[in-house]
Amino acid sequence: MQQTIQKKTPVTIVLFSGDMDKAMAAFVIATAAASMGMPVSIFFTFWGLNVIKKKGGLIKGQHWMQKMLNIVNYGHARKLALSKLNMLGMGPVMMKEMMSKKRVPSMDEFIKTAAALGVKFYPCEMSMTVMGLKKEDFIDECGEVIGAVSYLSIAKESNINLFI
Amino acid sequence: MSQFTADKTLDARGLSCPMPSVKTALALEAMTQGQVLLVLTDDPVSKRDLPVWAEATGNTLVGLEEEGPTIKIFVKKG
Repeated sequence: MQQTIQKKTPVTIVLFSGDMDKAMAAFVIATAAASMGMPVSIFFTFWGLNVIKKKGGLIKGQHWMQKMLNIVNYGHARKLALSKLNMLGMGPVMMKEMMSKKRVPSMDEFIKTAAALGVKFYPCEMSMTVMGLKKEDFIDECGEVIGAVSYLSIAKESNINLFI
Repeated sequence: MSQFTADKTLDARGLSCPMPSVKTALALEAMTQGQVLLVLTDDPVSKRDLPVWAEATGNTLVGLEEEGPTIKIFVKKG
């Protein structure tokens, strides 16, 4: 066991989902792996981009359909829906309350902790183009914007690859 | 009185998975090789997870004690 870990086992996570519960799962694994000294990269694609969006700025994009999508799909780390029992936003409020009682970090804290541990955040270029999002629309913790090939070049060197 | 001695104590009580191991990693980073960190936790998962964490990161688990709900874990920096 010692041997395998000493070699450094990189972890990559594709966060496709923009749901709070799924994003939490991704960040729990990311921070735990980073604490074990594993280099971690998270690729945010499609709905997952919501997790790393900056707060504010309702209208984004150029095309009217992009603008409409971004209004309807407005979100950031503190405003994510649950994949189940969302109940028009009541679910996440109750879930956050229960989690803070058990001192589970919030999404914001998870992002800060992950960044402090050296977890790399990569937004997906293609999803950004489709949705009309720019690098400036994302939080400062974000690294460079990359495409599928760059993701695969990192993923093929990794021992653990997750799609959430 | 504990049979182990520590150079530094980390109070991670009240925190849940994965924060005890995250905090332990950060605390050990600031210490020198051979020093012992005492981690206090009341998270039952950590009782299992921290020894695994120590082994995986090349540190050594010196001892594990339980005092009521508090679990004391001694980790020596490797």
